[in-house]
Amino acid sequence: MKPIVKVEQLSKQYRIGTRQSSHPTLRDMIARTVRAPIKGLREKRRRENIWALKDVSFEIMPGEVVGIIGRNGAGKSTLLKVLSRITEPTSGSIKLYGRIASLLEVGTGFHPELTGRENTYLNGAILGMKRTEIERKFDEIVAFAEIEEFLDTPVKRYSSGMYMRLAFAVAAHLEPEILLIDEVLAVGDAAFQNKCLGKMGEVAKHGRTVVFVSHQMGAVAQLCRKAMLLNHGVIAKEGDTQSVIDFYLNEVTGGSDNGFAGLDSDKEMYVTKAQALDAEGNVKTHFTHNEPIIIAITCKINRWFPNSSLGFFVKDHRGRKIFTVNNPEWSRLGQNNKEVRVTAKIPLALLVPGKYVFTFAINLPNVGLIDWVEDVLPITIVDSGSEFFRYEGGDYGCVFANCEWGS
Amino acid sequence: MESVVVSQSPSTAQPGPSQAGVLPDSPLVVIEPSGSWLSLGLRDIWAYRELLYFLIWRDVKVRYKQTALGVIWVILQPLLTTLIFTVFLGKLARVPSDGFPYAVFAYCGLLPWTFFAAAITSSNNSLVGSSHLITKIYFPRMIIPAAAVGARVVDFAIGFLNLIGLMVYYRVALTKSILVLPIVILLVTLLALGIGLWSAALNVKYRDVGVLLPVLIQLWMFASPVVYPSSIVPAKYQWLYKFNPLTGILDGFRASLLGQQVDWPALGISAGLTVGLLVYSAYAFRRMEKSFADVV
Repeated sequence: MKPIVKVEQLSKQYRIGTRQSSHPTLRDMIARTVRAPIKGLREKRRRENIWALKDVSFEIMPGEVVGIIGRNGAGKSTLLKVLSRITEPTSGSIKLYGRIASLLEVGTGFHPELTGRENTYLNGAILGMKRTEIERKFDEIVAFAEIEEFLDTPVKRYSSGMYMRLAFAVAAHLEPEILLIDEVLAVGDAAFQNKCLGKMGEVAKHGRTVVFVSHQMGAVAQLCRKAMLLNHGVIAKEGDTQSVIDFYLNEVTGGSDNGFAGLDSDKEMYVTKAQALDAEGNVKTHFTHNEPIIIAITCKINRWFPNSSLGFFVKDHRGRKIFTVNNPEWSRLGQNNKEVRVTAKIPLALLVPGKYVFTFAINLPNVGLIDWVEDVLPITIVDSGSEFFRYEGGDYGCVFANCEWGS
Repeated sequence: MESVVVSQSPSTAQPGPSQAGVLPDSPLVVIEPSGSWLSLGLRDIWAYRELLYFLIWRDVKVRYKQTALGVIWVILQPLLTTLIFTVFLGKLARVPSDGFPYAVFAYCGLLPWTFFAAAITSSNNSLVGSSHLITKIYFPRMIIPAAAVGARVVDFAIGFLNLIGLMVYYRVALTKSILVLPIVILLVTLLALGIGLWSAALNVKYRDVGVLLPVLIQLWMFASPVVYPSSIVPAKYQWLYKFNPLTGILDGFRASLLGQQVDWPALGISAGLTVGLLVYSAYAFRRMEKSFADVV
């Protein structure tokens, strides 16, 4: 079979540097020219090029639903933007053998002053639908969004739920052969999300090709049979979804048997090491569900802020956040130029069997982040005979609640 | 470069497994870095013509939705300007008006001028104002400034009704010069589009353009025969005056309505400059649009 999307050696370079953050003005340009060309040269050297995508090649077969995962900054969004022609690649090519539509956001181009009816037409046209096509599907869209009574109300008076429902309804009625989607599913209430997932499943069943970019492993696992993992702009792993997600949790997230080790940095404070230990202090990656897990975190403090805080949160393999904790002792531990090691013991029999990753953060509350280490230290909790062992692999929640039953 | 067009035509958008079965031999779309030579992408624009229509419709609709007087402003605004100029220039300064009542004379200049100035201003701001679209979805970018100009054409058409009223009131008879009118209207629209495209694209990168533009527009108004006849420009500067593309256009507009002699050489120069400028702007736009999504 022939691929419907063929990507060859695709690269995209961005220039990052001090100047890109603000808009260049003529004044700057004139000022720079006047201020001797040598200065200009020096400035050029300070600028840095980064490859958001580097030599990415892949093929997608017609009817496939492919998930693209990776952490923030891995190049997911850039790939989507290049695929949807919003921005040009620096080199390489993409060949599309079908009509394509992209949904990087729902409700693109909605105007608050216009009514639901008017926005449906406008948004449809922006997404590339013909007017006759919108007319044909209009009733269906309105029914899907459940906004019949508010059709002639300006959308600025809509509740955010109604707004998102209408926005998604228009998008869901696109009928391209290739559909690119960027996490737009994370909208609305649970019932509506299910409806959207159902609609997307339907889309896939009709033989349409879907490329779905997300960092929600759960949605990817539910929707896609194939997945692709991007890391630093290259494809780190490609294959069936579960194996790619497992790979992501184990390898890319910095996992080795020794836990996480950070690079030297000139940040005021940063996490240098994080390990998962058992009761005897051995570094491990696999724990049984009723064994104590001790998280040991080592931080380097170059400059001490007494009101900073250190904490971490845990996510399961579906990307759900299980809990967040902050170290209450932190404020009396630190001082300038010191290395601090703290440990946190996760309560016994709390996490249900499965794979977990940790995100560590040092922040100044209400000010900002000092250090952020995302999705590292993968651990696996193995069921060693819990009350749920016969449901292994099933989703029965995130934690053992251990309720006291009475009668 | 993107040689073939993406479109969702309903005839080929039938759902069902059939559409996945047969793939075309050659790709519908090839996405590659564009080389130094660029096509204008006119076929792409044609495929998205309905979007152009919807964006014009949106601009017009939104503009009048929240104003109390709504569409009446389109009629009132040039009338009030005309009144001001009639009082100060026509009555007090006694600026000549080629023998016509000054109000009619000035309105014939102010109507196309107001359209022109408004069109380039809103076109200039259009891309920056649509950054949420540019960073989220693909369509030919030229549609955005073109729609901004198009929305002003609607205003122009409404303002034209005034003019008919004024001409009836002052009993100005039509002559066969009126046949020139469509050409002149087309030219002023294309000129606005040419300048609008270029300044809109520049404005994405250099916001200074937006600051500079109102000043230039003001200057341009007094360098064009808007509120005075071009006959008061000294003969030795007439040739230079005609290199302002608006001279031929505004004179032509007035001549066609008031039944004056059409100055064909001046109109010819205007047409040449307009087309040249439009082509240049379109290519410049294509060159600059590559970085819109990254810069805006």
